[in-house]
Amino acid sequence: MSSGPLTIAGRSFSSRLFLGTGKFPSPESMRDALAASGTQMVTVALRRADLTGSKDPYANILEFVDPSKYLLLPNTSGAMNAAEAVRLARLAVAAGLPKWVKLEIHPDPRFLLPDPIETLAAAEQLVKEGFVVLPYINADPVLAKRLEEVGTATVMPLGSPIGSHRGLQTRDQLRIIIEQATVPVVIDAGIGAPSHAAEAMELGADAVLVNTAIAVASDPNRMAGAFRQAVEAGRAAYEVGLGEVRDTASPTSPLTAFLN
Amino acid sequence: MSFVAAFNALPIPDLLRRAAEADASDVRRILASGPRTLPDFAALLSPAAAGHLETLCLKAQTVTQQRFGKVIRLFAPLYLSNECVNNCAYCGFSRDNGILRVTLSVDDVVREARALCDQGFRNILLVAGEHPKFVSNGYLRECIEAVHAFVPSISLEVGPMETADYVPLVHAGADGLVVYQETYDREIYARMHTAGPKRNFDWRLECPERAAAAGFRRLGIGALHGLADWRLEALATAAHAQYLLKHCWKSMLTLSIPRLRPCAGEFQPLTQLGDREFVQLIAAFRLLLPDVGIVLSTREPAALRNGLLPLGVTHASAGSHTEPGGYTGAGRDSIHQTVRGRIVELAAHSSEWAPIEGRATNATGQFDIADDRAPSEFADLIRSLGYEPVWKDWDSALSA
Repeated sequence: MSSGPLTIAGRSFSSRLFLGTGKFPSPESMRDALAASGTQMVTVALRRADLTGSKDPYANILEFVDPSKYLLLPNTSGAMNAAEAVRLARLAVAAGLPKWVKLEIHPDPRFLLPDPIETLAAAEQLVKEGFVVLPYINADPVLAKRLEEVGTATVMPLGSPIGSHRGLQTRDQLRIIIEQATVPVVIDAGIGAPSHAAEAMELGADAVLVNTAIAVASDPNRMAGAFRQAVEAGRAAYEVGLGEVRDTASPTSPLTAFLN
Repeated sequence: MSFVAAFNALPIPDLLRRAAEADASDVRRILASGPRTLPDFAALLSPAAAGHLETLCLKAQTVTQQRFGKVIRLFAPLYLSNECVNNCAYCGFSRDNGILRVTLSVDDVVREARALCDQGFRNILLVAGEHPKFVSNGYLRECIEAVHAFVPSISLEVGPMETADYVPLVHAGADGLVVYQETYDREIYARMHTAGPKRNFDWRLECPERAAAAGFRRLGIGALHGLADWRLEALATAAHAQYLLKHCWKSMLTLSIPRLRPCAGEFQPLTQLGDREFVQLIAAFRLLLPDVGIVLSTREPAALRNGLLPLGVTHASAGSHTEPGGYTGAGRDSIHQTVRGRIVELAAHSSEWAPIEGRATNATGQFDIADDRAPSEFADLIRSLGYEPVWKDWDSALSA
């Protein structure tokens, strides 16, 4: 049975694949890949965009994301602490962007791992200010609950570090987060292959966010299509329910049939 | 404890032996597993590894694209002043060189920065010689504040300072600091730096740590190739990078691999780093340090730059001028000579005022650039290689 579209903060998404916009070889190739992926939610790093309203031709990434087709989800990548993230989010709204924010606070520019303490503080502040907050976090079930409690719209735990293509290295923690969640769980980061995306969806994730694997593919369009199919397949399998995994064969003529 | 202690304990002779003696099977094994340690890195610098250059470059390209994407971030240097109290044998700005000097006024700096901004640059490197009288900390702060009003990302390449002196510059809006050790060979360093505060090797070596402590978000390091053995410089730079990644974990690190260019003073390089070795070095750095930015300047000629862009480089300058006022002619009426720290005006009709074709000012540059393509032309070249030129990758809100 289908459980219907994904709903986040009252908005429905028929696609459960979200896309990032970094690392593409050109803004045109990014635009085409977005279309091929079927996505309805696209995140853009505010540090790449022009927030002054001057339509800077040298920082025009937003012009390649059609707001009538996609919910544009500004992200705070580059922020090292809560104060910087909050400041960026406010600037984005002032620049006319949606009052949604993918909260990313990674003080460490090397592994880009999120700071849980600053993220929680910023989430609390931004929720109070009326933002729809989608926080990027490590796969920490307690942190996920704490964020729910301050009112975030989703949690976005990582499968493995950003851009690593290592898949769901945090699988056991993700399983707990999904089982316990009262808000949608979006698996973000580390998804390097369509099979990883399918695995996340089979596990019960509500959506996945993919960027590097599509952006640096030799054919981003086809890879976007491959991820689209993988997410749909994984979701369908989750909704139908996968069979139990066993260590032994299961005979089709049961041993106890003589009792019937 | 700082990097100085770690540097003094580096087994440089052992590493150099490894770089000389590694054989093809060592190289194949390290290429298969990925270099993890300095001895691995040394093997990738070996003559044996040169025989695997294509494989090395392919791996470097893959790692770079995965980590940084198919983008090249662009920046431009803006020289504030060519005054200097140091004598460095290889540098055109050396105190005792009788060059035409100037320190731009803050208004002149804004004029130059606006010109760069009009060309697309949103990331500017402010460069100045070391001269407390002309390039004071207060002056630097005023320049940063004025430029940061319209340029989101500002880095500095100026004389090393104390942490406390860096803090106001960070607050004024500077987010990056570049300081090259020039050479990691103490003996050659002493021979090259014969006067001025730059003689203090250790003070310079600790500079990136002081900058990180002051809050700089991006640190740039490197050696100037042409002074000491390139493998020694590479090994020490790699050790320095590894140390900074651990100890200054909040700072994004970039490496530059400048090779000496002709300059005033006519210094002849003491050593050579050939083009093939240069490529090998970039690829080896990339494999050891996948998360570190690698910067390519206009010191290198166009054809070489075109070839290097897809091999591990992440940041590039374009259309650079190394003379203060070089973009607009700002400050050209104030050029002079400086003798023992005092300005000596040029005679009114001195030949040194005569305009030189193709130059906006007669102030002397630090060195000759080798790729004079305009930024827009270079950006088109980046696109033709299947990469996006990124001008803005930082927002003022992050460094305010």
